[in-house]
This record gives sequence, C-alpha cells and structure tokens, in this order.
Amino acid sequence: MIRFENVGLRYGLGPEILSDLSFRVEAGSFQFLTGPSGAGKTSLLRLMLLALKPTRGLISLFGKDANTIRPRQMPALRRKIGPVFQEFRLLDHLTTYENVALPLMVRGKTEADYRKDVTDLLGWVGLGDRMHVLPPVLSGGEKQRVAIARALIDQPSVLIADEPTGNVDPPLARRLLRLFIELNRAGTTVLIATHDLGLMDQVEARRLVLNEGRLQIYD
Amino acid sequence: MVELKGGWNADPGAQAEKEAGSEELLGSGSRYRLKSGSAIVPRESVSGQALSAVIAIMAFLACLCVGAVAVVDETAQSWQRQVSREVTIQIKPFDKPQMDQTVRAASRLVLEFEGISRVTAFDDDSTARLLEPWLGANPDLSELPVPRLLRVTVKDGASPDFYAIRKALEEKVPGATLDDHRAWHERLARMAWMTIAFGSSILALVLAATVLIVVFATRGAMAECHDIIEVLHFVGATSGYVAGQFQRHFLLLSSRGAIAGGVMSVLVFAGLNFWTSWNRARPEGDQIAALFGSFTLGWRGYGSIAAVSVVLILLSAITSRMAVKSQIRSLEVYSRRR
Repeated sequence: MIRFENVGLRYGLGPEILSDLSFRVEAGSFQFLTGPSGAGKTSLLRLMLLALKPTRGLISLFGKDANTIRPRQMPALRRKIGPVFQEFRLLDHLTTYENVALPLMVRGKTEADYRKDVTDLLGWVGLGDRMHVLPPVLSGGEKQRVAIARALIDQPSVLIADEPTGNVDPPLARRLLRLFIELNRAGTTVLIATHDLGLMDQVEARRLVLNEGRLQIYD
Repeated sequence: MVELKGGWNADPGAQAEKEAGSEELLGSGSRYRLKSGSAIVPRESVSGQALSAVIAIMAFLACLCVGAVAVVDETAQSWQRQVSREVTIQIKPFDKPQMDQTVRAASRLVLEFEGISRVTAFDDDSTARLLEPWLGANPDLSELPVPRLLRVTVKDGASPDFYAIRKALEEKVPGATLDDHRAWHERLARMAWMTIAFGSSILALVLAATVLIVVFATRGAMAECHDIIEVLHFVGATSGYVAGQFQRHFLLLSSRGAIAGGVMSVLVFAGLNFWTSWNRARPEGDQIAALFGSFTLGWRGYGSIAAVSVVLILLSAITSRMAVKSQIRSLEVYSRRR
C-alpha cells in the first residue's frame, strides 16, 4: 500500500533529516511510528501524505510511483488517505458536524447522503451532543476527536494520525485506540505517530522507530 | 490481528452514557438544525468586510470619474452640435437704400441649397442689441456703416455645401460673405477633445489604481484563508472545487461593494442634476449649467458606470481564483519542478 525505498529528505541545504528509509506499510496492517521529539516523525508523515517530496529515493502509494502521479489524480488519491493532524486543522467557522462532513461536502455529496453517517460517527467518538458547536469552544480532546472523525468519515483505505492521543487523558486515549483497532479490523490500514509509550504498550503492533533520521522496525 | 490489552470494554459506562446522549440528540426531535449550508469560505470575516468597503470606495471614485467624463463629453458634443447647426451671412452696407432687397435676395439664394432649413435676418433692433456693449443703448444705426447679419439654420443631420453657397453669394449678392464658424468650430472641437483626453487620462489613472487596489485587497483577504485552502486540499478537494468556492465568495463580496459604489455615484449625479434644475433661474445655477450643461447621465454614462462595476466584480473574483490555484499549485509538491 505504501512503499518507501531509500528515501532521504533534507530541507534546503541543511543536513539530511531522514536517511535511507526503506519499508512497506501493507494493506490492512496496524503500526505505530515512534521516536523522540525532532526525530522526523511529522516529516515522514508529510512524505506519506505527499505534502513533501523526498530529496532522493522512491515513494509509491497504492501501487503508483508518486513521481508519476499527475496533479489531477492527486485529489482521488488523497481521498483514500485519512489524515489526522497534530494541530487538528479544523475550520473554526464550521460546526463540529460540518467539519466532519467536509470531506463528503467537497466530493459533492448532498447532505441527505451523509447526514446519518456524520451523526453516527460523531456519536461513536462521543461528540453526539457537541455537533452544533464551533471548534473554538471545544476542548483539546474534543477537537482531537473531531479531527479523527473527519479523517474517518469517508472510510479511507489508510488512516495516518499524528499524535492522535496527544491532547487527551488516558481513558479517552484508550477509547480512541480502541476506535483505531476497530477500524483496522474493518480493513483500514492504520499508522499512528506517537511518542506515548504507554499507548503503544496497550497493543501488540508493529513499531517503526525513527531515531536521528534512521528507521528501525520492530515487528 | 491487533488486540487491545485488557479487553475492549475498559470504560463501558462512559461510552454508553455518551452514546445515550447522542441518541437523544440525534432522534427525530433533534434540538439543533444540522445542515451543511454554511459556506466553506467564512462569509463575514473582517478582511472580507474591509475588501467590500475598499471596492465600494474605489468603485464610487471610478464611476464618478467615468460619469464626469461622460457628462463633459456630452456637453462638448452639444456645444459642437449647436455651433455647427448655424452659419452667418454678413452683408456689407455698400448700397444702404437697397439693403432690404439685398437681404431678401441673399435669403432666397441660400434657401435654394439643400440642407438649409431657415434664414433669419437680424433687424435693426436685434443688431442694436448686439452692438449695445460697444455703442451704448439705442444707437442710431442709420448713421453708421453697420453690416446686416443673416442667421442660417442647418437642418438636423444635414451637411450643406458651404463652398457652393459661399461662391454663389460672392457672385450674386454684392458685399455678402459667409462665415461657417469653422474657426470657432475647430477651436471648440480642440477644446472638447482636450477636455475628453484629460478626463480620460484621469479615468485611466483612477481605473489603474482601482485595479491594483482591488487585486491587492483581494489577495490580502485571501491570506487569512490560507489554512482553509490547505485543509480542503488535504481532504481531497480538487483545485477547481476550491477555486470555485473562493471565486463565488469574492464575487459576492465584490458585488456588494461595486454595486454600492456604482449606486452612490449615480445618486451623486442625480443630486447634482436636481440641484442645477432647482437653481436654474439663479446665477450660480445658470453658470454651472452654462459650463456643464445638465448633469444627466445618458445611456452611455449609465452603461459606463455599470461596466466599471462589472469589471471590478470580475477582477476580484478572477484574482481570488488565480490566488487559490497558485496556492494549490504550491501545495502540489509533485507537480513542481525542482
């Protein structure tokens, strides 16, 4: 599903912050991406989201070499990926409900098509009573769950989440983890970037550990 | 298969409570009207309102300028029309006792030519009134070698052969000369042309400034939407969809401003027109009317104001579309050349 071969990344003329990364994320798998702060986790996720281009090496997504994907094919490819950003990136002028429905709105679906899915999903992440609220009045944990719900609403093939439990207390983190596992059971590939060892210890899953720009994999 | 250590229902109570609350809210008697009718681009942002205000002011100034040029153009053309619709025949007093006969002969001769509608001879009283500034009131013209003047009125839209008329007068009416006001006409045309050229230059400058201000104000208003564009991009929106959303938003903002500015300028002209009509019999009103005619905007004036407003609206919408496309291109790292 996602394949990296000898991928290296540097910003401008600076040192290489990711070196010789070679790994595969198989369809239907569940893995954690971890490492100390500044190890390059977010940069690696941005490479996966095709928001950054590597300075060397090959990245392929869904069997396609990223270099050969045409700009007009990108939106369709992005729709297969559900990104959860560390800083949430919710639109403050839209309600919780509208934020979650956003991926479906931009696909041209009518509200009648997605209303039930959105309300069900918001109920599932425990925000059924907050769907009319604007993001500025939500707590960090609630924003986190809205961001997750937005990533999941269109049933992506792969969920890429950057510190999805960074702003929530341990019980809620456990509940979110359970949500990710349930998604994975339904067939979604899940990759969670975190440096929360406690969270990772709750699940027997593959770990990709980044340290000083190099990757070690623990299956 | 990945499993959660400690089982799935570590805190079932809290979850059940949450979900129960959700069910109540989501039932048929939902308390909140949920709809996706909100604009993806925020409608009432501060920069959006500022952009509307800037466009309104610039549209007002540009439309005022366009209207002023249209009024001056209309007035200059009216002067030219008035001057070119009349010519004058002067008959020198060689044979004073036969003057009336000479005048009649000249009138008959001129009326034979095509395009001439009327010939009016100035009688002694009219001539005396014309000479009053130099000769004082009630001068005795019988003692003076004053020429007789004939006012020749040209039919609307006609262009008589003045060369032939002049030649015929010289041959058949002794002492008669034709003044077709050409010198006046040319000076007036030159003055009108210069007035229009000056007004058009000012208009061009105002329009150029307006274009730049609207483009920069639109880009400024777009700056706060950077995050929105990025989010839409990452959730899989096509560049056409995002550009369409912003184009629609800025079309609305600029329409509000441009229409307000255009309407305000029309009201100013209507106010001036009313004022000149109101003061028609008074010296200040007559002076203004003599200089500018009336402030009535013809169809060309209204058309120009509408055109300026439409251009400003389109300009803002197109600028926003281009800015969105440009930002999305910068986000598409794989389509960028290194």
